Amino acid sequence: MSTITLTVNGEPHRLEVPPMKRLLDVLREDLQLTGTKEGCGEGECGSCSVLLNGDLVNSCLVPVLQTEGATITTIEGVADLAGPGERLHPIQQCFLEHGGAQCGICTPGMILATHHLLEKYPQPDLSQIQEGLAGNLCRCTGYTRIFAAVQAAARMEGSK
Amino acid sequence: MRSNAANYDLIAPPSLEAVLAVLASEPGSYTVLAGGTEIMVALGAGRLSARRLISIQHLRELRFLSASDDTLILGAGTTFTDIRRDAILASEFPLLVQAASWTGSIANQNRGTLGGNIVNGSPAADSPPALLAYEAELTLLSSRGTRVVPYTDFHLGYKRTILAPDELLYSIALKRSYQGYKTYSRKVGTRKAQAISKVAIAALARVEEGRITDVRIGAASLQDRPARMTATEQAVLGQAITADTMQRAREAVLAESHPIDDIRSTARYRGQVAANLVEEFLRSLQTDPR
Repeated sequence: MSTITLTVNGEPHRLEVPPMKRLLDVLREDLQLTGTKEGCGEGECGSCSVLLNGDLVNSCLVPVLQTEGATITTIEGVADLAGPGERLHPIQQCFLEHGGAQCGICTPGMILATHHLLEKYPQPDLSQIQEGLAGNLCRCTGYTRIFAAVQAAARMEGSK
Repeated sequence: MRSNAANYDLIAPPSLEAVLAVLASEPGSYTVLAGGTEIMVALGAGRLSARRLISIQHLRELRFLSASDDTLILGAGTTFTDIRRDAILASEFPLLVQAASWTGSIANQNRGTLGGNIVNGSPAADSPPALLAYEAELTLLSSRGTRVVPYTDFHLGYKRTILAPDELLYSIALKRSYQGYKTYSRKVGTRKAQAISKVAIAALARVEEGRITDVRIGAASLQDRPARMTATEQAVLGQAITADTMQRAREAVLAESHPIDDIRSTARYRGQVAANLVEEFLRSLQTDPR
């Protein structure tokens, strides 16, 4: 077992866990943050996407030892990134309004991938959106509504 | 079935020196883990045979890009995202930047490293064809010392390399001598984004007065390792780009390719497509002389 200290959604944690345990499992089992989903478990589908020190990563491919001292944001903490006390991040609001979420399994990952995308390209064109979300698979929406949600979120950020 | 993480050990010594000391003290007993985009997949699928792993992901000493007048050196811990962000790579080594953009998704590019892509030794990996075309040189480190080897000598066979059990890939050097070269790369896979290639080619050439005066072609998934297509290069070197040259190049590609049938494609398809790609490369030299 290893002792890991890390900050998740602004809260510091100290955990005794096997060092090779996947960050995904630590979030869901040890921290009860079940908003992060497991799809494929092999880095193809993006359902388990989280922000690790600000970078988008697949949490199923991160051994928890490599998060020592790290700052992690999961879907449960995304609203806080918009400001203290916010219930929904503008990206979440836009996914709601544009039907970007259907069954919901890919949605947490889509939202975090969108956040990462808009940090890089505040006003992305369609091909940048497609590339930014290429690692996040959705079997419901056909993606069109997701792209519309991302474009709406970018407009909202741009009009601030 | 997923593996039980409790059955595995992972350590993260604080420095490069400390990592090398551990590798030297028990050669072969540790498997090096960088960004985890390969090894963690094996763990998730319950087929990770290595039980003791050593993380190098946190080592700042391995994550750098440094340029001198004639050489660009990339630390083995350079991520694909780092590669896509570097201005010198973008202007002078487009084949490598293109390969980085093909390597998995953004999330995987944020974690996966150039060193890992090389050492993992997959014949289908994205960056090796570009590194072969650019004649990269590798620096390998161990407690015993340093050795510098041409990348063309690194792979010995399917997932077999010259890396000794106590050695670590430290850096990858590229000569900055490709001004005026034309480049070509294409990956053929099931899906444009993040699919493993069926076959891929990275090539560069210099054309003077209608003749090919220098040429290098790197390929993925045509042999049991990433490989330079040296017979094909010889078939076109010094030649004008004619239908006859293209035909001889196609024959050379088929002669030096030994692809396999697997879940992603068939040997026959791979050989034909590789010949088509090389022909497309040659046509690109013909249509837009520089």
